[in-house]
Amino acid sequence: MAIIVNHVSYIYEEGTSMAVHALKDINLQIPDGQFIGLIGHTGSGKSTLVQHLNGLIKPTHGELYYNGEDYYSQGFDMKRLRSKVGLVFQYPEHQLFETDVFSDVCFGPKNLGLSKSEIELCAYAALKQVGLEDEYFYQSPFDLSGGQKRRVAIAGVLAMKPDVLILDEPTAGLDPKGRDEILDQIARLRQETGITVILVSHSMEDVAKYVDRIIVMNKGGILFDDTPKQVFRSYRKLEEVGLAAPQVTYIMHEINNKVFPVDTDVTTLEEAKSEILNALRK
Amino acid sequence: MGIIKAGKLAFEYIRRDDEGNVEGITRAIDDVDLDIQQGDFIAILGHNGSGKSTLAKHMNAILYPTEGTVWVDGKDTKEEKYLWDIRQNAGMVFQNPDNQIIGQVVEEDVGFGPENMGIPTKEIWERVEESLKAVGMYEFRKHSPNKLSGGQKQRVSIAGVIAMHPKCIILDEPTAMLDPNGRKEVIRAARALNQVEGVTVVLITHYMEEAIYANQIIVMDKGRIEMQGTPKEVFSRVEELKRLRLDVPQVTLLAYELKKAGLPLPDGIITAQELVDALKKQK
Repeated sequence: MAIIVNHVSYIYEEGTSMAVHALKDINLQIPDGQFIGLIGHTGSGKSTLVQHLNGLIKPTHGELYYNGEDYYSQGFDMKRLRSKVGLVFQYPEHQLFETDVFSDVCFGPKNLGLSKSEIELCAYAALKQVGLEDEYFYQSPFDLSGGQKRRVAIAGVLAMKPDVLILDEPTAGLDPKGRDEILDQIARLRQETGITVILVSHSMEDVAKYVDRIIVMNKGGILFDDTPKQVFRSYRKLEEVGLAAPQVTYIMHEINNKVFPVDTDVTTLEEAKSEILNALRK
Repeated sequence: MGIIKAGKLAFEYIRRDDEGNVEGITRAIDDVDLDIQQGDFIAILGHNGSGKSTLAKHMNAILYPTEGTVWVDGKDTKEEKYLWDIRQNAGMVFQNPDNQIIGQVVEEDVGFGPENMGIPTKEIWERVEESLKAVGMYEFRKHSPNKLSGGQKQRVSIAGVIAMHPKCIILDEPTAMLDPNGRKEVIRAARALNQVEGVTVVLITHYMEEAIYANQIIVMDKGRIEMQGTPKEVFSRVEELKRLRLDVPQVTLLAYELKKAGLPLPDGIITAQELVDALKKQK
């Protein structure tokens, strides 16, 4: 059991007239190796929650546990936690700063106090994990394309060898191919290493395609926490809170209502295709 | 001549190293001809670095052509005397809602543009009211912009542009940072402006399903126009679009996959209704 969130609440600017109750009594268990999608409208509390998970924000009430240890107990190694629970912010390429790609990725492990050869091994492995070719290693990160820069930024977090990787909208602003490349790479990484991945996303199609569990946030609370099929079955409720089902789910509803009976729990294109072909064969 | 016209447009920028020495020249726009008519709804698609935003920045004289000419409402953008006319006629909305809003109150922010144009106060308020109504944000006129959602902020940005009574509005990835509802709100507002007010809309986007409302899609690659046509025509070319790092709406892809599996479906299905109609014929 990697992370437990126990009755966590968070209030911004508590005790002032500006107080905002951003998280309300959140309970979550995040076991090792899951691929989790975290969705919710702007301002629903997603970012506040993920910042709690790697100790950037301390809860106003409640506790967080990493492998059974309370984040805020005496002697808890917060620095180690931050390397084990890696957080990739939105537009992470804005945080690149070194003169070449390789040095930038070395920055994280360097701060962990590793030896030079260990640091370089970590950085090399991370750049390989995000699929960046050797020829770019000594280029300035600023000369790379948008998608490449973003991969370098993700490598910077992977170089610390996290057990949990949290990505806050890793595909915002990328072209469709760039979106697929990044998410395919992350899915492959997870298969190869067994790392836990939490994907914060506004794309219902991406979430449906990749994750095995969806957490839906609304007004600082958890509205749903279930498999994609179960969550998207409540698409009317999702619409009420500013979200939606994947486009393909709506298409299946239309077909079911107007053409022939098909399974409307479909959330991915492949499922839709075989479902329609099956229905026609009957 | 249309509202926005480009003739043999090219744009180059010089790459320099740390010491300022010239490293090379990048041709971001390469020989583009374009003629956008008043009242059009144009979507521009293209992968990151294909030249879409550079092209858009020529449409309101943020960038000037290296070669060729751009005319906005018949005025050459290189002529300095036309600069303010052009910026007023072709308004621009950018990706990030948080760095285009300056007012403390929604209605003040929307009034900023017309105020700078020297419009009399009474008319400014009329314009603010009609603009906020056009994007469905009138009830928020007394709110502070930083309490709004992303989609609401983008609609305020759009209202700020239309308060200047432009003939054309250019939206450069206005939905990239928004949640599903925010995306819907912004696209709905853009369509309403186009259909009700007759404003020309140029929409740059990475969301293929937003492009189906356009009457014309332009696909850019390497600074050139690679494809141009109606959504139906462009989205019929699934493999070519994928090669250009793009995609098609999910319904189009589903129809395409079904066709590959042997169903005799027509090309270029872009709405669920079209797929439903086509499937009915299969029974």
